[in-house]
Amino acid sequence: MSMNSQGRPSTPVATGSQHDTETVSGSKGLYQFEPLIFETDRWGKTGVDLPKAKGTKSRLGGVERTGKAELPGLSEPETVRHYMRLSQRNYAIDLGLFPLGSCTMKHNPRLNEKMARLPGFADIHPMQPQASVQGALELIDELATWLKTLTGMPAVAMSPKAGAHGELCGMLAIRQALISRGEADTRKRVLVPASAHGTNPATAAQCGFIVDEIGADKRGRVDMDDLRAKLEKTDDVAGIMLTNPNTCGLFETDIKEIADLIHEAGGYFYCDGANFNAIVGRVRPGDLGIDAMHINLHKTFSTPHGGGGPGSGPTVLSEALAPFAPVPFILKDEDGFRLVEEAEEEAKESFGRMASFHGQMGMFVRALSYMLSHGADGLKQVAEDAVLNANYIQAKLKTVMTPAFDGFCMHEALFSDKFTAEGIETIDIAKALIDEGYHPMTMYFPLVVHGAMLIEPTETESKAELDRFCGALESVARRAAQDDDTLKGAPYLAPMKRLDETHAARKPVLKWAPPAPEQLAAE
Amino acid sequence: MRYLPLTQEDRADMLSAIGANSVDDFYTDVPESARLPGTVPGLPDHQGEFAVERYLTKLASKNVTASDSAFFVGCGAYKHHVPASIDMVIQRSEFLTTYTPYQPEIAQGTLQTLFEFQTQVAEITAMDVANASMYDGATSCAEAAVMACRATRRKKVVLSGGLHPHYAASTKLLCEAQGIEVVQLPAAIDGELELAGAVDDATACVIGQSPNVFGTITDMTPVADAAHEKKALFVSVFTEAVSLGLVKPPGEMGADIAVGEGQSIGNSLNFGGPYVGLFAATQKLVRQMPGRLCGETTDAEGKRGFVLTLSTREQHIRRDKATSNICTNSGLCALAFTAHMTLLGGKGLHDLAVLNHEAACDLADALEAVNGVEILTPRFFNEFAFRVPMNAADALQGLLDRDVVGGVRVSRLYPHEDELSNVIVCAATECTTPEDIAAYASALKEILS
Amino acid sequence: MTVKYTEDHEWVSVEGDTATVGITSYAAEQLGDVVFVELPEEGRNSNKGDELAVVESVKAASDVYAPVSGIVKEANSELEGAPETVNQDPEGKAWFVKMLITDPTQLDAMMDADAYKAFCADL
Repeated sequence: MSMNSQGRPSTPVATGSQHDTETVSGSKGLYQFEPLIFETDRWGKTGVDLPKAKGTKSRLGGVERTGKAELPGLSEPETVRHYMRLSQRNYAIDLGLFPLGSCTMKHNPRLNEKMARLPGFADIHPMQPQASVQGALELIDELATWLKTLTGMPAVAMSPKAGAHGELCGMLAIRQALISRGEADTRKRVLVPASAHGTNPATAAQCGFIVDEIGADKRGRVDMDDLRAKLEKTDDVAGIMLTNPNTCGLFETDIKEIADLIHEAGGYFYCDGANFNAIVGRVRPGDLGIDAMHINLHKTFSTPHGGGGPGSGPTVLSEALAPFAPVPFILKDEDGFRLVEEAEEEAKESFGRMASFHGQMGMFVRALSYMLSHGADGLKQVAEDAVLNANYIQAKLKTVMTPAFDGFCMHEALFSDKFTAEGIETIDIAKALIDEGYHPMTMYFPLVVHGAMLIEPTETESKAELDRFCGALESVARRAAQDDDTLKGAPYLAPMKRLDETHAARKPVLKWAPPAPEQLAAE
Repeated sequence: MRYLPLTQEDRADMLSAIGANSVDDFYTDVPESARLPGTVPGLPDHQGEFAVERYLTKLASKNVTASDSAFFVGCGAYKHHVPASIDMVIQRSEFLTTYTPYQPEIAQGTLQTLFEFQTQVAEITAMDVANASMYDGATSCAEAAVMACRATRRKKVVLSGGLHPHYAASTKLLCEAQGIEVVQLPAAIDGELELAGAVDDATACVIGQSPNVFGTITDMTPVADAAHEKKALFVSVFTEAVSLGLVKPPGEMGADIAVGEGQSIGNSLNFGGPYVGLFAATQKLVRQMPGRLCGETTDAEGKRGFVLTLSTREQHIRRDKATSNICTNSGLCALAFTAHMTLLGGKGLHDLAVLNHEAACDLADALEAVNGVEILTPRFFNEFAFRVPMNAADALQGLLDRDVVGGVRVSRLYPHEDELSNVIVCAATECTTPEDIAAYASALKEILS
Repeated sequence: MTVKYTEDHEWVSVEGDTATVGITSYAAEQLGDVVFVELPEEGRNSNKGDELAVVESVKAASDVYAPVSGIVKEANSELEGAPETVNQDPEGKAWFVKMLITDPTQLDAMMDADAYKAFCADL
């Protein structure tokens, strides 16, 4: 035989001692060290190739910047690496289950992304002649039809740019309706449940209303006795803002009675549609007696959250509020589609304009792509699977964790921190879940449940993935019940340990500044 | 149904694990009269990927794109080149499909980019601090007005005659809902300095724009001085972020708050959204700012990291006393902005601005040479207004028939200013070619002869 | 000099016609790490019960009410740069405002140190 013994070893050799996990480069295997762009040597440089200026005589009239903006310009390879490396410090729905309750982190189909990038949608200007954008107006009109049909409502305002902006739209419509009734100065009180998302009271206040909080009963629903008491005086009531299904993940059993009571009091019913995913295709909010509801396209209809936006919050309106809808809106006549852009003539009762242009077109394309893909049957299945998944989690974890309320839930399962040992907090469970490879659930919200943990799996998850997640959370929950104080140091395996938010808030550093000269000298 | 992983078997197994007979058991709280017997009537059932793609592509093809034609539309959104790498960055799943960075240990990617974004925005506007973005320019402007009222404890806002009418309308809406008086100065092509005479002891802020909606650029330092004299604030607005590379920025004019549209950097036209509102202020006003802020800190081991901070200003804590109701912002558009700024750098932004200005100067030269055209904007960056001896709408239709998308008729923005009905606002950018300009001039010549 | 306490956990130290106002050690401990204090401008005329200041931790903002009616003579600007003082020395260096009292009878209904201690023990 030739006995060729060259080549590399192919079996791992066990080492006796643990190697130091700190490295010289700051990188660790696939994890790459990455400084701020301001800490590179690319000051005064640029990463784009632009044609040379011709030296045309300026028409600036002397209104010029005195110094150039001082910012580094990275080359394309450096730029791509910078963001690639930073991206790897982020959790994402494409990486794993993202059980953030009330946020509806579902899969974002890639067809939607492809469609939104068609030049016919992405490369058209909001102020170009309307005859040249008939396809875009048709798309918005079609999406509006879907939204109206799915909600059973007669009108929809398309321009709100996110959920909270949709709330503003609904509440401004209510305000305008009261103005037209001559009651805007007297009807100032808006009822908001204690369990509401913070945007609800903030929106009401932004519209000049006074927030009157109503309590929750022990079933996690609106306390009807409290509501009736708050409605004994009716002449100052503007309306109610109610989330349904509510932030406890429960359907408001008495919703029709609530609608009747508020209408009898002369007020309007704003429904926060953040949790529409639980009922889409199965229940039409219009059948429940509501007057306005925003729809987060970035929740129910799968447009990506993008690390905090952009969102889109079309707001459906009842017959009573429809005349007051904001401009612009689309009308169709024999010449095709056209935008009504001013609050006059056919929009003379409109409360006005909310944003620069016509709404979030990029999100509209994605949402319609999603709706067409699912169809009426698929959307119903979406809601049912989302609710089934949440109930499955609740059922699997109810013996180790404390469900906040009895009975089935809708699309999210809510637990309190009652099961934890003294000294272990919800945040410790959340951070330990990071070590298990999951994004934490929503914590400490809704405020009406102590140490709340709100878990929304969405319809995106398979049974196998849910089982894996429940296994991980169950183990963490058991450790929390047994006062395992190692939870306090979690996460151990994430790119960062727990961050000091107190320090950040006491001495806010909100932008990069060059190091002080003495610090440079020391280096 | 390709987006739903559960099988019928899974569903049955799960129902039995839960102890439910069917999903109907979960919906028993729904009032009976609101329970649909089947699917929502009036809508089609699901379709395959190809069918959806074919349908939407057909709708898209009905629109004239900015790249298809000689294109000169501005007035708040601008056709700029977006480098290919920017779309790659924002399509990274870790940015695209993540949420607001509430768990900083696993969101440092988003947080560090926001910190870089805030630094870039503060630098180009020459302001102390910037937030992590708003919805768009108009909503930023509205929020600036109510913030100024909060900071000064006054309830009156004055808007210039060159403020984009959509910004003015959005600002009026929000202010009036809060009982704030809004004074709108008459439409004026070169009237930003009129603000200096309109400020009194009750004024919370004056809001001026440069370049304004007619393209006019103005050193508004005298406006800032007049405002400060009366202890009011000066809010400086821009709709064309690229102008900040060349034109006097808000911070150099004494602005207390700078707001504007960031679409021009890194973002496509998108028929008006999503865009990215920029919001910057002086250090003194930082705790009055709306929206999210990202700040530097350290982790438990002393490593530098970033977190969302000063959130006691925000709705989820302060509820009805919050500085704004904003929650979702424009995170991904801010990422596109910051990635493009990272490529450009200060030098690239300046050079890009020069190209824009030169293209607009060339366009003005070419249009001025057409008989009957009168340029109205005295000083401009990349956009200006001109008068034609005919109705502007007819002129623009004539141009469109000749494959030139010639700009915005001012009557679309100011339906009641009859003396402006013959006025067009047009913009040129680095995407504008000499051929486009020649096509514009010759088409206009034809229409006017 | 007498020190009085309110049920909203403010302390009031009175010297002549001037009241120095702050929050109690109990309140400071309940709030956790204080990160910011928003103080009124000098000359502000407040009625008893009006919002006088805001004290913020990372996760909460709490209003501090005027314990008595009066005019703000001085706000403790040291707190702006060093909010942690509220945790370190709430009833000493971390006073919030000095007020010119307009209605001294309002002090009569407030608790003394022992009564406040008993009040907190019941919470």
